[in-house]
Amino acid sequence: MSFIKNYIGDVWGAVKSLAAGMKLTGHYALHHKKEKITQQYPDNKDTLNLPERFRGEVVLIHDENNEHACTGCTACELACPNGTIKIITKFDLTPEGKKKKALDTFVYHLDLCTMCNLCIEACPTSAIKMDQTFEHSVTDRSELIKTLNKPGSKIREGVE
Amino acid sequence: MWSLQNIADSVQHWLYATFNPTIAMLIEFAIIGVLAIGLFSMLGLVLIYMERKVSAWMQLRLGPNRVGPKGVFQTMADTLKLIVKEGMTPNGADKLLFNLAPFIVMISAMVILAPLTFAKGFQIWDINIGVFFIAAISSLSVIGILMAGWASNNKYSLLGAMRSGAQIVSYELSAGLSILAIVVLSGSLKITDIIASQENGWWIFKGHVPVWIAFVIFIIAVTAETNRAPFDLAEAESELTAGFHTEYSGMKFALFFLAEYVNIFVVCALGAILFLGGWMPLHFGTGTKFNEVMDYIPSSVWFFGKTFFLIFVIMWFRWTFPRLRIDQLLNLEWKYLLPISMINLLLVTLIAILNWHF
Repeated sequence: MSFIKNYIGDVWGAVKSLAAGMKLTGHYALHHKKEKITQQYPDNKDTLNLPERFRGEVVLIHDENNEHACTGCTACELACPNGTIKIITKFDLTPEGKKKKALDTFVYHLDLCTMCNLCIEACPTSAIKMDQTFEHSVTDRSELIKTLNKPGSKIREGVE
Repeated sequence: MWSLQNIADSVQHWLYATFNPTIAMLIEFAIIGVLAIGLFSMLGLVLIYMERKVSAWMQLRLGPNRVGPKGVFQTMADTLKLIVKEGMTPNGADKLLFNLAPFIVMISAMVILAPLTFAKGFQIWDINIGVFFIAAISSLSVIGILMAGWASNNKYSLLGAMRSGAQIVSYELSAGLSILAIVVLSGSLKITDIIASQENGWWIFKGHVPVWIAFVIFIIAVTAETNRAPFDLAEAESELTAGFHTEYSGMKFALFFLAEYVNIFVVCALGAILFLGGWMPLHFGTGTKFNEVMDYIPSSVWFFGKTFFLIFVIMWFRWTFPRLRIDQLLNLEWKYLLPISMINLLLVTLIAILNWHF
């Protein structure tokens, strides 16, 4: 008897799970106007609504005093799987007269970047983030090699 | 009163009054051929557009929306592209069979149109074994598919064709048994008789649970017979590139593509005729006010409405269910659908003998 019970149970379970799937897709078909996720990109350039975690390119965060939080520790350079980031460091003199390592140039090769987010995860001071820009096309390859720290910027007080 | 039946009758009277019977009949053949081909090309355009829209909506996309208003001319543009493409025949292929196969598939889809009733009294050929004729011809398309797979001289094509053969041979059984359920209830194989037997209610309402089971099995089996997902093992894009039509291009590919959609239309039309009353309006009992109101809607609207509803259901299947493996596919048929439909047929027979249906 247990064979027949299992058999009927199988059929019932199959019908139930298939119906559950059809209910979901049927709901989507009926409510596609509200729930659709496709963006009609070139048409809605002004009202483009990207998700919060969209990964466009790496940027170094600068505040209004042109200060950033990068200590030049090269954790991002080490975390990058394909050598996208190159940190060039210099030595600043502190008021006490000591030498201190600091960021000179943050070189970012956008043409090598796969937007994997590992550098952002690796950064101990949250100095870099992923920006939402994605229109990266340029007419010359050299334009894809970017310097992320702005000219004259320096490290923020108190960031170690 | 304008109806398809009146138009067809008056055209026939005019032809037989003007020409001698032989020429009149030949002209009728030509008209029917043009109408059938016209219906086919319309179906191809409409159903492919519908499929793309339905799939897009179920996946929260937009679907075609650039060519014409809401993308309605997209399929026409695609057809134009397919027409101007080169129809290649590979060097190692069996040239005759390779070029013949798409036409066999297409013609077998076309022949099934003969006994279908598109509106009240609007039918090409009211043959007395209509349902049996459809079941017989619909299994011919597997010959075309096997031919295509064999003649392509390509292992993927051959594998796809063989799978298609196994699939159609298996699923014909349960499709046939569920068709038989309605034949037992209505007591006739003739399409007009089956529709007439549903004048006081469609079989799906009159026949209790066994008819619902037969209906579900019928829909599953015809989905498999038309080689559509979740039973699209003959094409199996992920493992066999495109199955039996891997080597086809241009218009010959388009014929396979069109035949798939025409087959869907034909089996859904058959489902609508058997279970949902064909062109018969929604009736409950006889001579009620409700029936009179329903009669105002033209019969062709009823027929195409029901058919397109069933087509939508089959598309719904395709965009919801995961694909089956070949062993799962055969398990489903031989261990589940066939035993269930056999027991179900017994129950239907009992209902028919004891007159338990309404």
